[in-house]
Amino acid sequence: MRVPLSWLRDFAPFDGTPSELAATLDDLGLVVEAVEMIGEGLEDVVVSRVLEITAIEGADKIRRVLVDHGDGTVEVACGANNFAVGDLVPLAPVGAVLPGGFTIGQRKMRGMVSNGMLCSGRELELSDDHGGLLILEEGPTVVPGAPLMTALGLTRDVVFDVTVEANRPDAWCIAGVARDLAARLGLPFSEPAPVEPASSLRAGRPVDEVISVRVEDSELCPRFAAWAVEGVRVTDSPEWLARRLTLAGMRPINNVVDASNYVMLEWGQPSHPYDLDRLPGGGLLVRRAGAGETITTLDGVTRTLGRPGPGLGDTGQDCLIADAEGTGVGIAGIMGGASSQIDESTTRVLLEVAYFVPMAIARTSKRLVLRTEASARFERGCDPSGIDRAAERFFELLSLTAGEECVLATGKVDHRRDVPEPVRLPVRTSQINALLGTGFGSDEVVELLAPLGIVADGASDDPTVPLEVTVPTYRPDIRPAPMGEADIAEEVARTYGYSRLPRRSPSWPQPGRLSARQRDRRFVKEVLAGLGASEAWTPAFVTDADQMSAGVAPPYVAVANPLVEAERYLRASMAPGLLRALAYNLERRQGALRFFEVGKVFAPGVPDADGDPVASEGVDRVIETERVSMILAGDEDDAFAAVGAWQTLADALRLDDVRLVQNAGDGPCEGEVLHPHRKAIVVTGPEDATTVVGVLGEIHPALAQSFGVVAPDGRPRSLGWLDLDLGVLLDHDQVARRTVEARPVSRFPSSDIDLAFVVPESVAAGDVLDTLRTLGGDLLESVTLFDVFRGASMAEGERSLAFRLRFCSQEGTLTDEEIAGQRTVCIDEVGRRHGARLRQ
Amino acid sequence: MWAVSETLDLESFRAEARQSIAAATSTEGLRELATALMGKRSPLALFSRQLGTLGEAERKVLGQTLHAVRTELESELDERRTVLAEAELAAELESGKLDLTEFRPGMLPSPQGRGHLHVVTQTRDELEDVFVAMGFTVAEGPEVETDWYNFGALNIPPAHPARGMWDTFYLEVGESESTLLRTHTSPVQIHQMEVAVATGTLPLHAVMPGRCYRRDTPDARHLAVFHQIEGLVVDRGITFADLAGTIEAFTAAYFGPDIHSRLRPAYFPFTEPSAEFEITCTICHGQGCRTCSQTGWIELGGCGMVDPAVFAAVGIDPDEWTGFAFGFGIDRCAQMRHQISDMRALIENDVRFLRQF
Ligand SMILES: [Zn+2]
Repeated sequence: MRVPLSWLRDFAPFDGTPSELAATLDDLGLVVEAVEMIGEGLEDVVVSRVLEITAIEGADKIRRVLVDHGDGTVEVACGANNFAVGDLVPLAPVGAVLPGGFTIGQRKMRGMVSNGMLCSGRELELSDDHGGLLILEEGPTVVPGAPLMTALGLTRDVVFDVTVEANRPDAWCIAGVARDLAARLGLPFSEPAPVEPASSLRAGRPVDEVISVRVEDSELCPRFAAWAVEGVRVTDSPEWLARRLTLAGMRPINNVVDASNYVMLEWGQPSHPYDLDRLPGGGLLVRRAGAGETITTLDGVTRTLGRPGPGLGDTGQDCLIADAEGTGVGIAGIMGGASSQIDESTTRVLLEVAYFVPMAIARTSKRLVLRTEASARFERGCDPSGIDRAAERFFELLSLTAGEECVLATGKVDHRRDVPEPVRLPVRTSQINALLGTGFGSDEVVELLAPLGIVADGASDDPTVPLEVTVPTYRPDIRPAPMGEADIAEEVARTYGYSRLPRRSPSWPQPGRLSARQRDRRFVKEVLAGLGASEAWTPAFVTDADQMSAGVAPPYVAVANPLVEAERYLRASMAPGLLRALAYNLERRQGALRFFEVGKVFAPGVPDADGDPVASEGVDRVIETERVSMILAGDEDDAFAAVGAWQTLADALRLDDVRLVQNAGDGPCEGEVLHPHRKAIVVTGPEDATTVVGVLGEIHPALAQSFGVVAPDGRPRSLGWLDLDLGVLLDHDQVARRTVEARPVSRFPSSDIDLAFVVPESVAAGDVLDTLRTLGGDLLESVTLFDVFRGASMAEGERSLAFRLRFCSQEGTLTDEEIAGQRTVCIDEVGRRHGARLRQ
Repeated sequence: MWAVSETLDLESFRAEARQSIAAATSTEGLRELATALMGKRSPLALFSRQLGTLGEAERKVLGQTLHAVRTELESELDERRTVLAEAELAAELESGKLDLTEFRPGMLPSPQGRGHLHVVTQTRDELEDVFVAMGFTVAEGPEVETDWYNFGALNIPPAHPARGMWDTFYLEVGESESTLLRTHTSPVQIHQMEVAVATGTLPLHAVMPGRCYRRDTPDARHLAVFHQIEGLVVDRGITFADLAGTIEAFTAAYFGPDIHSRLRPAYFPFTEPSAEFEITCTICHGQGCRTCSQTGWIELGGCGMVDPAVFAAVGIDPDEWTGFAFGFGIDRCAQMRHQISDMRALIENDVRFLRQF
């Protein structure tokens, strides 16, 4: 909202510098986004008379203009065409600095020297008009050489651009800002005296004889008042009024419309003037729109009313203003129709000033996506008690230009039902202090509230005795008891000044901490970073192609109103995002990377046995899972690198009893992401009731190719992939952790046995390893696979696996017999269980 | 192959060709077959050449037949090619079969260096640490929420104009606009209070970091998906002074001792009194610069005393308990701390950016 300081001063004698006032407004919660100094830059501009206009050879856009600036003549190049010899126009001479800081210099162009600039309204920031020069009307002070400011009767002004919070409709007008500011500065606030010449309009015949108004829908329109004038002359507004509208950011139109807008800006009350002669039936009917009823609004758009839109809380009830014969002429409180607009031919005016139910306006405005100056004010809540004052002010302003013939019909039509009454509530000073941490006495509270128009009676020495507080109807943000006590506390704090309120560092006995899961999550990230992986942040919104490429079949969780139509699904996997991150970096010659991401993925909830949707977290019908995904794209990385990363992570987390299962078909979410013969599921728990922790393996070459993650030779890069359900991974109940009971380290030397087995390809090396680990018992310190051999010397379908077993005892050095015994057991058992034989 | 002769019967050519296509066993073989069937020196080409010698009526008939045969064979070739390619890919993949349990030490190539945690993670961790040291626990909640937790319980009823403050992504789940992506982490406050009331574990001192979503076109200062951290204290005797003191203590702890905070009135439906908090401009340290529009202050977040309507929604007695809440952007903190000119750098995943932190 643009707030001219001169207008504020109609209400209270504000002084102080603009920046001081802006700081005070800020501290009141009326945030000043910008301060505009009006008239700055116009000091050097003078009135000049056009003496001669001549074409410049070879130039069709500019002409040479000779002007008289009162103290001689100058030649100026000018591109405008809207003036003639004899006109008075503004001249910015060489050296002048225009608004915005543009300095006028002497310029040579097309063989002439231009000594200044003739200005448009926009260049001087006096209006939006840039169609040509500002043509000045000759007058006693408007003569060549006169300063422009004097000629136009301009005074310097300051415009504050103020943002008003949505709950403060009262402050969304000049009077409201002035009231708050005066309250803070301790200045008297008073309504401006009528503008001179204050000719009140002549009284005419009774209003009932001039207009008819019926209100059928008093539920959505609790108060509807109307006045009528006849014999109006529609003309321009007085210069000062038009100027104020312009300063406040509205375009002057004519005296009737301008008066309506002026009142809205000054008091926050929208009103609507109708050309009475264009209202069939000579009046209005306020009714509910029929289901599917259409109306064409002022902006030329035909809109359908009376049907609920999508979304909660829309009743589909719209209030319509119709002419007396029932045809719609406007959407109540939002936008009028073109048919009854005021223009030069208008002589009789019906003025509507009403109170509409704010939520009803909000619903209609939201559904129609139609927000206007009026609807924005109505939906926040206008003052139902301010209607008469608004009308009075309107006619007072109109009387200045309405002409001798203008007659105001006697009385008003006023349909009034249940409008909000002043809220009365008990307020305990003790509770205000309890909220603010202050030590106000109740008399201080009374004094802080009074200048806001909030009356508090019953001040007492006992702060627990409630004050009886009456809230004016222009403050709909202040609720009745019990919530209203907090609202009153805010008003006390605002008037007192937030910056003056006390501060205290609170403390409590409960310690702060991270949860085990939060600590572990950080740890997981650190481990993966230790493996050279950088953390990515990839998009939550993906296309269905992305979902398919991640091997996830529909249905997906869809966004009803996506920002980008194609990206309308919540990701079910981070694979597409991470592949894209790789491709992005490869394109920028940053290869050999590892990335990981920890984040949520989403899937529709699956119904349980009873058909009820089941969800792991959050709302039903959406399953939200936190996963950690890692992609390994180092030069040598492949599926085995992913295994190594997993083993490192599992070891760091001290996981017990986790294993890889291969050939187990597709794991969850892993249709085509992985190379079908280079993947494994990470599981835990007993054979018959395993829990899946995640998957790992190598990205399917076709997928890598489709994301453009290719080696320099164009072949898909081999990429390791690790994707784990973080919730399962970090849940101690699902994935057991090794105990941390300390075991003394043996003081005796250890002995190694190396065993190379010829093992059928159908047997996983891990199974052999598990067998050896079990057989070794307490004496086995470690067992590792250290060599794998396939080749000519091996039969088809077999390979050699070489293991190193290290034995050690707490009791003493192991004897050769003991070692030999272990060896025999291992060879026999591995042979028996896995169909393997010792390699010769 | 086919004896190319003028007497060759088109119909038998067609039948034989189809048979050979079906019998092809590799894409390579199929490619050769295609050339043989339809190439320049194929029977089909020969037939085409014959057209010139025929009368107009005959030419038309034969021309149409030739076209039909060509089209049919092409589609048979395509079909067969797809089948064979799939089989070949499957065979190639199968021949690349690995036993992943054959992993041996050294098969995880050593990284070139340490990876880097995302700057947003680092910022979040640091903020969490500051608040943990001040006595807060860290709470989290779902990103998909119901209208009630994201709005209703926070004193923002359906169709309330205040909803315009948050551009919301709704999900096609359940009743229209009933399910959404949370626009702030405030729903976690509601969950936390509900649990505390149900389990009788008030007081509550928690910060709630997490990912949020707003339907705004991303620009240098905003992302549609972003991170926020909120704080909530519900205890006996908590006042606005504690809120102001907490903000000040946090500001000094995170930004440094010469950075201060100030509060100014604001409106949030879920707090009353409400405030916006600003901190000393970290660029100019309060001297005034372009970043802070010469004011010396930059806006960081919102805060206030928990609104009695919110307490009512979760069943907390406002005469026994009072509380405050605050919230601000984690990404924005990162942007300020590291002078990141364009927020979108955070989601580009360019390692040259990520490695700086
Ligand atoms: Zn600054």
